[in-house]
Amino acid sequence: MENTLRDRSSDKMSFQAPDRRLILAHIGFAFIAFLIGAIAGLVQALERTGYITLPSNIGYYQLLTAHGVSMALIFTTFFIIGYLYSGLAKTLGGKLLPSANLVAWIGFYMMVIGTLLGLAMIITNDASVLYTFYAPMKASPIFYIGLALVVIGSWLSGVAIFMNYYKWRKQHPGETSPLFAFMSVATMVLWLICTVGVAIEVVFQLIPWSLGWTDKVNVELSRTLFWYFGHPLVYFWLLPAYIYWYVNIPKIIGGKIFSNSLPRLTFLLFILYSIPVGFHHQLMEPGVSSFWKFLQVVLTMIVVIPSLMTAFAIIATFELAGRSKGATGLFGWFKKLPWKDVRFVATFLGMLIFIPAGAGGVVNASFQMNQVVHNTLFITGHFHITIAAAVILTFFAISYWLVPALRNRQLTPFANQLGLIQSWLWTIGILIMSTSMHIVGVLGEPRRTSFTTYNHHPIADVWSPYRLFTGVGSILLFISSVLFLITIVYLWFFAPKAESAVDYPIGEVDAEQPKPPAILERWSVWIGITVALVLIAYTIPVIHMIQHAPSSPPIRSW
Amino acid sequence: MFKNIHLPRYERIWLTIGAISLVVFLVILGVLAVGLGLQPPGQMKTVPPEQVRTNAPFNKPNLVQVGPNEYKATMVAQMFSYLPDQLEVPAGSTIHFEITSPDVVHGLYVPNTNVNIMVVPGHVAEFTYTFKHPGDYLMLCHEYCGSGHQMMMGKLKVV
Repeated sequence: MENTLRDRSSDKMSFQAPDRRLILAHIGFAFIAFLIGAIAGLVQALERTGYITLPSNIGYYQLLTAHGVSMALIFTTFFIIGYLYSGLAKTLGGKLLPSANLVAWIGFYMMVIGTLLGLAMIITNDASVLYTFYAPMKASPIFYIGLALVVIGSWLSGVAIFMNYYKWRKQHPGETSPLFAFMSVATMVLWLICTVGVAIEVVFQLIPWSLGWTDKVNVELSRTLFWYFGHPLVYFWLLPAYIYWYVNIPKIIGGKIFSNSLPRLTFLLFILYSIPVGFHHQLMEPGVSSFWKFLQVVLTMIVVIPSLMTAFAIIATFELAGRSKGATGLFGWFKKLPWKDVRFVATFLGMLIFIPAGAGGVVNASFQMNQVVHNTLFITGHFHITIAAAVILTFFAISYWLVPALRNRQLTPFANQLGLIQSWLWTIGILIMSTSMHIVGVLGEPRRTSFTTYNHHPIADVWSPYRLFTGVGSILLFISSVLFLITIVYLWFFAPKAESAVDYPIGEVDAEQPKPPAILERWSVWIGITVALVLIAYTIPVIHMIQHAPSSPPIRSW
Repeated sequence: MFKNIHLPRYERIWLTIGAISLVVFLVILGVLAVGLGLQPPGQMKTVPPEQVRTNAPFNKPNLVQVGPNEYKATMVAQMFSYLPDQLEVPAGSTIHFEITSPDVVHGLYVPNTNVNIMVVPGHVAEFTYTFKHPGDYLMLCHEYCGSGHQMMMGKLKVV
């Protein structure tokens, strides 16, 4: 901490007032969604583990929908967009383009209105369809319209990011773009390509059908469109965390960015191989032939390569930083990491948990092993150690300095200390909860199921001891959530004002690194390859579905 | 085209090991799938959801013996039960499941076995499994299907 919290020489930042307002609006809204998601998460966890009974006017599946939508769709999207704007402002010359900010605000309000419509329908119990909203279960049309507004609003955020990047490139011909900006564009390219799927599903299938304009919906096609979006969605959460690891963390630990080219290549590989892979979420269902399932399993597994590249780069950055501070021996550098700086520790805990999480992901996507775990609590455990650990712990780490930076305040040692306690508490909670979910999932407990003993069936009785761990884990996570929000409120309103410009840690590329090849920034090439892969992986099975899959009328089953 | 990208020696070794493991892993999956026929459930048969209750074979869901130690379970998963919801076979029997839904998406999952099937309306899901060990198995719905989802179950007895 001595070195890092006080090392305030080269990463000063003074946000412009309009940029400040824009970014704060996004992350502030994200924190409200986080609060709703945390409350719903705790209550549903205690219900499903049998510790509490809900009042008759609140449904378990209603709470689960609220938890999933608030956390996975709303909190993440708003936070990510806010964070990307902040890094663009920092790395593209200190401020955002006013014209792009106008687009960004329109996008923001569309997303806010969409969120409010969606949440209203969840509250009135007209949309207890979970955040995957599988047809032919039919929610209120207002719920689908709300979701469409969120997606289309987020496209405008993407446009705003592209505008900033495009302007910079025009003003700096022949130069390599800053790594943060490149990665932001890559994240939004991924997002725009993948959300086309869910937009088609919602706008052309679900909205007209829920309004009664069409009688029936092609269920298998809607599921395929959903998962075409649903898998890259997790990379949309993950890539901003990777941005933090690649770009911000080197500065925080007093190191340099390991390479200027490899991280770019890594992100491009994530675009290519996270989209044409949705069938690995549909391995257990009819209507898609084995050949196409297997092809997409192979494409899915290729993400192992950029993941290994990332692991190597992060650890190499740690080691080089440690050695530059005089570390010796094979692992001496480990001790040189800033173990008392929440900006590092929170995200480091997430990185650590991400190692078994990646291995679990390989299990899930395996053609045959998926049969053992599909739709069991193993899956829920898996995505709680990915999104709800690796990603969210990184978002905590970002929040602890970004909020005071935007509010022109200081991350005080007191807040840093609270943040450390909060991050460790979250880590312990998520490990207790998710480990028990993984185990009890292999023992057969299904996910997304309200409390039940299946008439005291002996198979289900085996699961009951694990409920204690899931319940305790969820309570620790909730306490940690509250502590996080309290600390954020302190940093937002009460922390002492910064004397001058605030910190915005952005790593510098090692001076010896060669200039990245221009091909890495020729987006038409990468988008073209992505589209080609999508067409190869999806065209034939989708045409088959359109021609052969029967359609279903709407049903409200809750 | 990528000449400028400098890949350190250790990273080359790391990625080579990773890539080789990946290829070996995928080859194993492929051999299991093609060579041993270990495929996830699926199949391409369809049946319109409104005809499930009226047309054969799903209008008379049942378990019939089709050979020595071989059974066919023709099943319907509906809100919030299975038809039939009690199956009994001798140990060592192979059951060919065929199952569909007249309403929303359901699942058919038998914990401690590899029977893990998504039941999508409009489609017939098929899967074959041999129950070697006697016991009281539980059939349960593992895809959220509505307010009674947690009650949707059946029993499978292997004697």
